Amino acid sequence: MSDLRDLYQQVILDHQKKPRNFRALPIANRQAEGFNPLCGDKVQLFLKMENGVIQDVGFQGTGCAISTASASMMTESIKGKTPAEAQAIFKKFQDLVTSDPHQEISAPELGKLEVFTGVREFPVRVKCATLAWHTLLAALQGEEKTISTE
Amino acid sequence: MSLITETRPRSPRKASPAFDVWKVREDFPILRREVNGKPLVYLDNAATAQKPQVVIDTLDRFYREENSNVHRGVHFLSQLATEEYEKARLAVQRFLNAAEPREIIFVRGTTEGINLVASSFGRSNVHAGDEILISAMEHHSNIVPWQMLCEEKGAVLRVIPINDAGELRLDELEKLLSSKTRLVALVHLSNALGTLNPVRPIIEMAHRRGIPVLLDGAQAAPHLKVDVRELDCDFYAFSGHKLYGPTGIGVLYGKAALLEAMPPYQGGGEMISSVTFEKTTYNTIPNKFEAGTPHVAGAVGLAAAIDYLSALDRDAVEAYEHDLLSYAAEALRQIAGLRIIGTAREKAGVISFVLEGIHPHDIGTIVDQEGIAIRTGHHCAQPVMDRFGVPATARASLAFYNTKEEIDALVSSLHKVKEVFG
Repeated sequence: MSDLRDLYQQVILDHQKKPRNFRALPIANRQAEGFNPLCGDKVQLFLKMENGVIQDVGFQGTGCAISTASASMMTESIKGKTPAEAQAIFKKFQDLVTSDPHQEISAPELGKLEVFTGVREFPVRVKCATLAWHTLLAALQGEEKTISTE
Repeated sequence: MSLITETRPRSPRKASPAFDVWKVREDFPILRREVNGKPLVYLDNAATAQKPQVVIDTLDRFYREENSNVHRGVHFLSQLATEEYEKARLAVQRFLNAAEPREIIFVRGTTEGINLVASSFGRSNVHAGDEILISAMEHHSNIVPWQMLCEEKGAVLRVIPINDAGELRLDELEKLLSSKTRLVALVHLSNALGTLNPVRPIIEMAHRRGIPVLLDGAQAAPHLKVDVRELDCDFYAFSGHKLYGPTGIGVLYGKAALLEAMPPYQGGGEMISSVTFEKTTYNTIPNKFEAGTPHVAGAVGLAAAIDYLSALDRDAVEAYEHDLLSYAAEALRQIAGLRIIGTAREKAGVISFVLEGIHPHDIGTIVDQEGIAIRTGHHCAQPVMDRFGVPATARASLAFYNTKEEIDALVSSLHKVKEVFG
């Protein structure tokens, strides 16, 4: 069960039960949709960009605990950031969840997002953890099409 | 045929003493391995079944002692391989009770079998304004080939609806059959719901209007005795790997008269009788539909799987599977918050379910830690998921080598899932 507890940390379960910023954003000026055909997870992301920063963000959709919590915590971590800053966080996040499970790793700069370290023990779940982030990239690039993890 | 009636209490009938699950388990070497430090509990048989030692040995022997191309050479090995390959065709013919061996076409699997019919029968028989009738519980492999055909031909795809239990609405089917219908393509046993369709009366209904019927037998062939002449279906497709045989080999059965009238599916070697640059004369069936070097070892391995199954008392196997499915349905229903998706009166092999507030993907990961393999997702049947308003389900699918103890292990791991999600 220890690996499972690493994956399903309390913070993750909390965000799954009470996702933050879980709402459509009528004032959004960037929007994208992400889809994981493997498990049917869907995320719709709304961004309000102003003066070069992500002023507000919301998301909707259905998904597993990992994808829902990841989307929820992502929205908290990117608010007030520039696109370049948000992309830099994603890069670090992706490096974390795809790192070698046998290697010591710490990523204090990721803050709360570090709870996703357990995902690296479960390679098939990496897509769940990164779905919202890929959708964010699409929204920042202004792509209208649905982003697929496959 | 023994069927599951979920609404009734568990059948008092015990599995016949002719079937000893612990003895057959010894025939499947993979069942001895551990996963995540726990004995493997393999409940993903609808995706692919495990292979008995005799199938593994047959593949090994074929490549060590018999390998050669078929229908090509005059040398000893080529004759031997050809003989084995054609013996495999005879084994399939007996297995389906087809009238003639030439009605058995070797393909890669159910998907290719359906594509063959869509492409070949469809090309010559379906025109603008015509209709193809499928059902709301089809696997994507019995939807997409028909969509592609309809798009190409300007034909229309019609869908037989299902009720809340996951059963076909036969009243609607009656209305949907028309003079425009060129083919009914229907799943025999649903991979996502476990519904066993009343195919015999449906075939009769279609035949009264002169409409041929294709059955997707991917799930049915491993669980039920299939008799294509008794069913009177026009096409029947199944996959070897779900029938305890190798991957990459499957079968399309077709009535000889239909197959003979159909144009070739793929062009190449084997499917011709003579080629000049001016004109090619096609071979007779089944070779007309087997372009290129076939999966000879796969066919021989499939025959070994069929021989293995046939040596079991299949009535006893069916009774055992029936009993196990009832046991599993009853045990799962005791779990608070668990909902079974697909509660048809007649079911076999498959239980799809959802747990309130917990995504199937999370269920799959957690039970996997206990060595339990189940499928989670949309099971290549997204329209079914939409029909039941769920994005995905968890699915336990059974084989005759599964035990009540394994069902108990699944149930206890599902309690762990609920613990994690508190």
